[in-house]
Amino acid sequence: MAMGVETVAEDLRSVYSSGKTKGLEWRVSQLKALLNITTHHEKEITEALRSDLNKPELEAFLHEIAGATSACKLALKELRRWTRPEKVKTSMTTYPSSAEIVSEPLGVVLVISTWNYPFLLSIEPVIGAIAAGNAVVLKPSEVAPATSSLLSKLLREYLDVSAVKVVEGGVPETTALLEQKWDKIFYTAAAKHLTPVVLELGGKCPVVVDSNIDLKVAARRIISGKWACNSGQTCVSPDYIVTTKEYALKLVDSLSCELENFYGKDPLLSNDLSSIINSRHFDRLTKLLDDEKVSGKLVIGGQRDRAKLKIAPTVVLDAPQDSLVMNEEIFGPLLPIVTVTKIEDSIGLINTKEKPLAAYMFTNDKKLKEEFIRSVSAGGMCINEIALHLAEHTLPFGGVGESGMGAYHGKYSFDAFSHKKPVLQRGFNGDVAARYPPYTPWKLKFLKAMLSGNILSILRALIGW
Amino acid sequence: MEEGFEGLSQSLSGLKRTFRSGKTRGVEWRKAQLRALLKFLAENEAQIFEALKQDLGKHPIGVVKKSADHALLHIQKWMAPKRANYHYFCFHQELKYCQNHWALYLYLDPGISPSHQHARLCLNAQSLFIWTSAVKVIEGGSDVAEQLLQQRWDKIFFTGSPRVGRIIMSAAAKHLTPVTLELGGKCPVILDSFSGSDFKVAVKRIAGGKWGPCAGQACIGIDYVLVQQNLAPVLVESLKSCIKKFYGENVKTLQSICRIVNKHHFDRIRNLLEEPGVAASIVYGGSMDQDNLMIEPTILLDPPLDAQIMTEEIFGPLLPIVTLDKIEESIDFINERPKPLAIYAFTKNKKLKDQILQETSSGSVTFNDAIIQFICDTLPFGGIGQSGFGRYHGKYSFDTFSHEKAVLHRTFFPEFEPRYPPWNDFKLDFIRLAYNLDYVGLLLLLLGLRRIFTPNRSR
Repeated sequence: MAMGVETVAEDLRSVYSSGKTKGLEWRVSQLKALLNITTHHEKEITEALRSDLNKPELEAFLHEIAGATSACKLALKELRRWTRPEKVKTSMTTYPSSAEIVSEPLGVVLVISTWNYPFLLSIEPVIGAIAAGNAVVLKPSEVAPATSSLLSKLLREYLDVSAVKVVEGGVPETTALLEQKWDKIFYTAAAKHLTPVVLELGGKCPVVVDSNIDLKVAARRIISGKWACNSGQTCVSPDYIVTTKEYALKLVDSLSCELENFYGKDPLLSNDLSSIINSRHFDRLTKLLDDEKVSGKLVIGGQRDRAKLKIAPTVVLDAPQDSLVMNEEIFGPLLPIVTVTKIEDSIGLINTKEKPLAAYMFTNDKKLKEEFIRSVSAGGMCINEIALHLAEHTLPFGGVGESGMGAYHGKYSFDAFSHKKPVLQRGFNGDVAARYPPYTPWKLKFLKAMLSGNILSILRALIGW
Repeated sequence: MEEGFEGLSQSLSGLKRTFRSGKTRGVEWRKAQLRALLKFLAENEAQIFEALKQDLGKHPIGVVKKSADHALLHIQKWMAPKRANYHYFCFHQELKYCQNHWALYLYLDPGISPSHQHARLCLNAQSLFIWTSAVKVIEGGSDVAEQLLQQRWDKIFFTGSPRVGRIIMSAAAKHLTPVTLELGGKCPVILDSFSGSDFKVAVKRIAGGKWGPCAGQACIGIDYVLVQQNLAPVLVESLKSCIKKFYGENVKTLQSICRIVNKHHFDRIRNLLEEPGVAASIVYGGSMDQDNLMIEPTILLDPPLDAQIMTEEIFGPLLPIVTLDKIEESIDFINERPKPLAIYAFTKNKKLKDQILQETSSGSVTFNDAIIQFICDTLPFGGIGQSGFGRYHGKYSFDTFSHEKAVLHRTFFPEFEPRYPPWNDFKLDFIRLAYNLDYVGLLLLLLGLRRIFTPNRSR
């Protein structure tokens, strides 16, 4: 498999050079083909996701299929507008001239996707790459094999295989791909070739819960964003909660009550709860649970079933800062609660850690909310909600610092895979002698005046004042 | 002037402390720094010109002042959060906006050893900033740069060669630091045919665009010219008379032109001319004054395409002219080579213009002029492929050092049950209909009039 991979970038490059992928018709045809996949193969996609992740049908639809469908539809609707050159103003300094910014494709790009939303996180960047006119190779995650092979089959069937390829495989194939020269690498989860990258990584996404809120709604939204999203295996899932010592028990009670409403008395039996992806991650998560610093502090859940790779929704109260669970991204159904004396202290606490992909706050206190937005740096934020900013295509989705670089979704996907080329048009009239040597003090004065853009200075320089 | 590794780490911790204190975020602080920069430029203009003259024999230019003015004028607008429109199915009002944060950055400009003047200017610059706890100048050569690269930064902005760009990027990868690389490339001129006066203007602009910016030592400077065979003789003659008029005829008495920055580059450029076949293609110039590091404007006609002068960025006052049978061949010529930072096309032919825009890729394109796109603040300045990535100037500078943070605001009311487990067919239908904005379907579903075909699957 690794042998064939060595030339895949080169092969695509000759197709790209032919200009095929730049045409609007080609881009539209590929996007329509992708839309056909998401609308006509829902059943197969859902089955593959159930096989890889035991993902409930609703999650499969809501998070993956619907997401991919709407990204496709948006690109089809907006493509003409996105590809139109953007006219920009010019000033005195380049008068007379006209200027515009033209979007052009980068060339041949590599998208490396991941296992937790294997369908969506493969299709969405590919939509951006194709919309922007690139040839693309997709490397789906081998950790979700059913979805990987389904993607390979469907894309081969529906899309132009000369310009859109799927390469399946594990570490050797990925390494072989990364050795080649790409014009952009999009990696969810390049210095050799000076390749720009978009890295969608992760982090410990905190949730600050203030008092004086609608606790029931907050608890339900937290549960929805944590356990109803692939059992916490989501880059933007709440990782830990920060609340006051006084409020913590109320929060725990509310979470406990709503969890039972959602998953029943024995959550391991619920069909609406996803499994852990594989035994390696299952063991990693049980290790976090069995850490002696934490094992005595479970207040909800803790049940596990290794045969089914399921762990019940689990909440830990007052996990110490030096416990394992507070020092790595959990990426699973464990939720530690950290308590502080005053809610304002939560901001300082969050800022001692690396910048997360998302940060959340539930509050009705305007001042606290504004302080939070101003002082906490994160990829994105929601107030009184979890993860919903991903559904909004007008908001860029991406990380900062350790949580990643670059952004996508909606037009940001198109932009991520484009080079915005500035174009300056000049005529031959109005040629200014002052810009050419030999340089004289008068020319210097005139040029300074021109660059200042100040009409009076220009006039004075012209008169020789 | 050079800080040891300890000193550097301390400087960096100091900068981080300052940033965390929130000092640098306020609009007043930022405006104060920009005003201080303008003051520095105004008060030290003579010294800056002197230093540039010493380092490079350079003539004064006002671009930095213009950029600072532009930033001062617009900064409040740039900082304002942007509201995004909400298209999703929902009954109530929701507000979303993004917000920008200032970040810690490192600006590297290696490769030029500072003169004494340059050093004094750096100190002056530093003392003029209101809080030097937030803005530092660190001087030194590649050893200092290496030490700096071992530290952790929130962003690295580098202007220089692709070779060093790779080193920077590899070092940045260790800390997942985003970078902007402003590299270079061989910026070609495509010269179409013109009538009398337009041709004269074109030639002046080409001459100005080649030898004007630092004697060709500029990333966006013209590197070589592509022209149709029959135009070559008149081009060469016009360029010769332009050179004589602009700069003079004797290498020892050249005016209005910079010198080569140092001996290393002087030798590098001289070696370009010593390759077989290259010297023979010189049609004007070629004289050098080693004592003063001056090389006169030199024109070459059809040097061998595999010589270094045609495969590497010249970054000097040598101008190769490459002749083609038809000017349209210039497109393939350019595409066979790494993507340049800029393409300069002198043409009035709309078809050729469109072809250039559609079929070539470059950092930027300028029609009928050269270099001038640099001072247009509304245009992003940056490269692509080997010429770099990321961009700046005007608002793009602000953006390049910012993180646009998406922020979604929600209220507690109303609530939607179908989003919560336990899931059943009703909830799945509801969500499906909602996603497709099928309001009629939703109404029917809520009234119980829409048939559900599959049995309830929960548990």
